[in-house]
Amino acid sequence: MTKVGAPEKLIIGTKRLDGRSLEDMRPMETDVGIIKKATGSAIFKFGNTYALAAVYGPKPFHPRFLQDPQKAVLKCRYNMAPFSTGDRIRPGYNRRSTEISKVIRLALDSVVFVEDYPRTGIEIFAEIIQANASTRCAGLNAASLALADAGVPMRELVCSCSVGKVEDTIIMDLDGPEDMFGQVDLAVATIGNQDKFVLVQMDGVVTKDEFMKMIELSKKGCGSVYKKQKEILREKYKTGELNDE
Amino acid sequence: MEDEQVTENTSNSTLLVKERELVTPGDVLAEGLDFLPSSGCYREDNQIKAKLLGLIKIKNRFIGIIPLSGVYVPRPGDGIIGFVKDMQSTSWIIDINSPYDALLVLGEAVGEFVDITKRDISSYFDIGDIIYAKVLNVTKSKHVQLTMNDHRAKKLSDGRLLKITPSKVPRLIGKQGSMIELIKNETKCQIIVGQNGVVWIRGEKEGLASKAVKTIEQESHTGGLTEKITKLLEKGD
Amino acid sequence: MTNETYIKKLIEDGSRIDKRSFDEFREVTIEKGVIKTAEGSARVKIGNTHVIAGIKMSVGTPFPDTPDEGILIVNTELSPIASPKFETGPPSEDSIEIARVIDRGIRECKAIDLGKMCIVPGEKVWVINVDIHVLDHDGNLIDAGGLAAVAALLDAKIPKYDVETEKVIKDETIGSIPIVDTPIPVTITKIADQLLLDTSVEEEEAMDARITIASTKNGSLCAMQKSGKGYLTTVELEKAVDWSIKKGEELRALLT
Repeated sequence: MTKVGAPEKLIIGTKRLDGRSLEDMRPMETDVGIIKKATGSAIFKFGNTYALAAVYGPKPFHPRFLQDPQKAVLKCRYNMAPFSTGDRIRPGYNRRSTEISKVIRLALDSVVFVEDYPRTGIEIFAEIIQANASTRCAGLNAASLALADAGVPMRELVCSCSVGKVEDTIIMDLDGPEDMFGQVDLAVATIGNQDKFVLVQMDGVVTKDEFMKMIELSKKGCGSVYKKQKEILREKYKTGELNDE
Repeated sequence: MEDEQVTENTSNSTLLVKERELVTPGDVLAEGLDFLPSSGCYREDNQIKAKLLGLIKIKNRFIGIIPLSGVYVPRPGDGIIGFVKDMQSTSWIIDINSPYDALLVLGEAVGEFVDITKRDISSYFDIGDIIYAKVLNVTKSKHVQLTMNDHRAKKLSDGRLLKITPSKVPRLIGKQGSMIELIKNETKCQIIVGQNGVVWIRGEKEGLASKAVKTIEQESHTGGLTEKITKLLEKGD
Repeated sequence: MTNETYIKKLIEDGSRIDKRSFDEFREVTIEKGVIKTAEGSARVKIGNTHVIAGIKMSVGTPFPDTPDEGILIVNTELSPIASPKFETGPPSEDSIEIARVIDRGIRECKAIDLGKMCIVPGEKVWVINVDIHVLDHDGNLIDAGGLAAVAALLDAKIPKYDVETEKVIKDETIGSIPIVDTPIPVTITKIADQLLLDTSVEEEEAMDARITIASTKNGSLCAMQKSGKGYLTTVELEKAVDWSIKKGEELRALLT
């Protein structure tokens, strides 16, 4: 029973509908420091998926009785703008956003030096402005950059990408139709380009072998994201001549 | 007899960055056990890595990072500008532009004996008053105490306040205060710079001075800054 | 020494508080048909963890993109009676995560043949509400909840529905829900660089990372969710997959 609206084929030969080959990522675009009022901010795009993240803090954490006397407490909100998808999303709380907010927060919690800022809170907001699948990956990449932009101490950046199985073929960086009409969707995030996964979410049916292949491919994807993230940080803040005091 | 030299390659340790190089979180700065992490850096097994986006600062074997952004974390000895946000019977709570508020107790603020049954402490400092004070003590969980027992400490009135990223304060002050003196002279203003990134300006050309301060904040990581600021001050309002 | 430190030390030395081995489950019991007012139900106990899943069925309109399929909704309640950590109020992010992970396990492998749950195409379909109620929290809620959900679905009977009068006929059923697969979620938890199965609530206080992997009856994987603050390496992921398939088989055998 195929879903209404499914295209006839998603992969023709070794090319996907948008012309990419199986292991190609969509073009990535990023920037930092674009929201002046935020302590740190960043955007991250996979093709037409556009995520904007802002960080406020470390700042006093309220309510006081929930403060941690030894650490900063991270708070994270992932949200999709009502106009970000084909059908309008009703604004406000929904279960999917709550779950994704939690997994993004846990991924970032594994790298932030929370012990450096006891009794404080660090607020992280990831807004999806335009969605074409892999939104939590774009959101997490943007949030990671925003934390660096904010001067929040971290072990390393967090890098996230998606891998999928469509028409029995394993592909990198799912777009909308591939996610909706494909067989498997796997979102991961790693600590930098290390073999350390801080986010793994998979939907769909897959054998152990297929899964391990997807994991290997995802590490390549995260490596590409890592490169892009490092590039924008160096590019944006590169120093001029260093002679003057 | 050879002179002992401290080279970049000491035994089997390697330094991988230079002074004022821009680094990002996770960058490997040195390998081997001879180098030590200072503020903004951490050790992971055999490597020293960056915690922050910022510029490298090397002192002997210590590798540190001057952050490009970030909030103010008070350290004992810092001179800061804050404002009174709350009071209790014998102390004031001071907002010091930090995730951490500071406490100023009566004994550290006033030199004489005060009979609090006869005199309300608001007569010394009231809510909203701006003060320049010194950080006396910071506990492990970052409870901060201030003191006015310092020749620079005083209440600041009139003028205007600006906030800049705390890590850029040294750039604003300049080598031996040269940058801040330049601005003071050209704008005929009193300017006090707190380590917490709060700047107080009072005088003739407050607007021009503010503009100069803001420009230094935005361009702090680039070179030729003295020239840029001199030009800006010459142009006037 | 805090509880957390003690547990980590034990694990570093190769043992657990209750002397189980790292890949050993506590005693698992499954009881079907425990709630008479529900269309299907099951009680699962894993050690002291106690959950009940109830199935309630009603007739509703299908989603526009699947006009001839029934609807599955999974919900979890972390009842305040189950633990001092649970509070009254809107669903917490933990209860939402548990519900969504169990839901995905069932949905992605198409365990329920939702096409056979259609009454009038485009107009009326069966809505299957799976409500998982946690009554006593001693850890490993996803595994217990997931097992209870599948057991309850196997237990459920479809009520008789009169299309003309648009009424459900009480106390009459027309057969079981068509179940074609039995996805079993198994959670693997990392503590002190070791992987463990079926963590108790105390062990969960000391946890680093954990991953829940649901597997189907032919040993494929149908849902995965990593949680917790730490990380997992590729080697650890592979081991977790192996354990979840093996343990899934053992738990599935208890369903019949």
